[in-house]
Amino acid sequence: MSTPQTGSVSRLVVPQTAGKVVRLGTTTPLRLDCGVDLADFPMAYQTYGTLNADKSNAILITHALSGDQFVADPHPITGRPGWWHLAVGPGKVIDTDRYFVVCSNVLGGCMGTAGPKEIDPKTGEPWGLTFPVITIADMVRAQAMLLDHLGVTQLFSVIGGSMGGMQVLQWASMYPDRVLTAVPIATAAHHSAQNIAFHEVGRQSIMADPEWRGGDYLKQGTNPNRGLSIARMVAHITYLSEPALHRKFGRRLQDRSQITFGFDADFQVESYLRHQGSTFVDRFDANSYLYITRAMDYFDLAEQYGGLLADAFDRTATRFCVISFTSDWLYTTAASRDIVHALNAVAANVSFAEIISDAGHDSFLLEEPEFWKVLGGFLEGAAQRFGVRK
Amino acid sequence: MPDSTPIMSATGRQLRVDLQRIADMVGRNTRLLDVGCGDGALLDYLVHEKGVDGRGIEISTAGVNACVTQGLSVIQGDADTDLDHYPDDAFDFVILSQTIQATRNPRDVLENMLRIGKKAIVSFPNFGYWRVRLGLLFFGHMPITKALPYDWYDTPNIHQCTITDFVRLCDRLGITIERSIALNNLGHTRRIHSSVFLANLVGEQGVFLLTKRR
Repeated sequence: MSTPQTGSVSRLVVPQTAGKVVRLGTTTPLRLDCGVDLADFPMAYQTYGTLNADKSNAILITHALSGDQFVADPHPITGRPGWWHLAVGPGKVIDTDRYFVVCSNVLGGCMGTAGPKEIDPKTGEPWGLTFPVITIADMVRAQAMLLDHLGVTQLFSVIGGSMGGMQVLQWASMYPDRVLTAVPIATAAHHSAQNIAFHEVGRQSIMADPEWRGGDYLKQGTNPNRGLSIARMVAHITYLSEPALHRKFGRRLQDRSQITFGFDADFQVESYLRHQGSTFVDRFDANSYLYITRAMDYFDLAEQYGGLLADAFDRTATRFCVISFTSDWLYTTAASRDIVHALNAVAANVSFAEIISDAGHDSFLLEEPEFWKVLGGFLEGAAQRFGVRK
Repeated sequence: MPDSTPIMSATGRQLRVDLQRIADMVGRNTRLLDVGCGDGALLDYLVHEKGVDGRGIEISTAGVNACVTQGLSVIQGDADTDLDHYPDDAFDFVILSQTIQATRNPRDVLENMLRIGKKAIVSFPNFGYWRVRLGLLFFGHMPITKALPYDWYDTPNIHQCTITDFVRLCDRLGITIERSIALNNLGHTRRIHSSVFLANLVGEQGVFLLTKRR
């Protein structure tokens, strides 16, 4: 297994033919939390299924930090199946024969939506660090603009895990009338000190890469691949669990019968992490990683409502289904329970299930039949309640 | 549990007799919380047969997942800790079926139920039931009956009480017993207030509809 390459100048390019892109904010710009107005910006998205006649079957899926809009079809760069193809598709838990599914690349992302990698129309050059710092609420406002463009006034459901779950919570609090059901999965209503700490390690490793050039690498023709891959390696550990790592790798050696008394990847787990890091840089932009992790760190829903989380959901009519996983130590069951208690405090309609799994935070992306049964049952019950026809 | 034939509703939903007695006490189209809702049988019945806006709390993961999978709004939680978060008078009815004897602080749970709900419905296995008394009197060991099927060392029931005990606690807490019935092992009912002494002897279970004393 090779170590991440440095110095190879290969700007991340999303094929022009991949996916849909719309320019938003052409008449009224998007006012960001930082005070900057973002006008005439690209928003990349995918849709699956068909919007029904009464426009009642739309589901917005919100993606996590390293996700993108290609939720159920092959990734245009890696060619790998969509990140949630196990759960989204014809006949799947989120059935695209029944629902009209929308997933967009988040603001600040690097798969076609406005972000530091995209061209600043004012200068004709990549934004880099001149791109305004964005928040989870900004991502959600941009998604609302996209749905306006698509003619979707009300969502049957907004569903997302991890950072996607933060967007779900933001949606439910900011646009309660547009959200019939909300499914925040493996998430939290604020980023903890530990969450922020791990992100800071990732950001520092990117910024410590000399190829990063103060964020100016796209103009200078360099690429901070090594920094970005280390950031990914650290983060990847937090997505797994100790039992999962042990089961997958234990102390097994990589393609050798004994240790080498050196610093090559002797252990399978080292080799695996290096691989995770080196493949990530093919599809992700280092500055995007900085912006998106920052948005997550800044997320504190209660703080937006004067410090009391329950106030974020005051008088909500949305039905919630909160889901956590036993082995997720990054976004714990306790964090999900805080959300549930806030919803209870306003007597909201909420379901909450903790799924037994040893796969860690990544559980929501994996084959977890119990999780799917719960999610499927919740959606079916709500579809009956709200009379969603195909 | 009484093991007489379940009663079937118009839509084919069947309920155990003791749950049916509880369901009979619930008003139509009300807001309701079922604490310790198990696999959701009662909640499902009430949502579909009585049009209630129903929620549930259940301690077991399997129970919660079964409930949510059938479209019920249920959270994983427990009666001792999770009632605190609800606002006053959030529900018309709060149900605690066959659960109070398994709570750590039955008195707090009861008071919380009547804080968050206008009315509470509580059912529990009666420790004063004659078979329970005879078991202890003649055999000298902790009684095992259909309603109390556990050995003493693995029972979740840590706060057993008799119908008489429960009536006294309600009195002490200023709780009005609006209706109370005892069920025998055949599922037959009798009113408790006509004779608490007799109900406490022949009742395998007690079911109480409670309100706060004004």
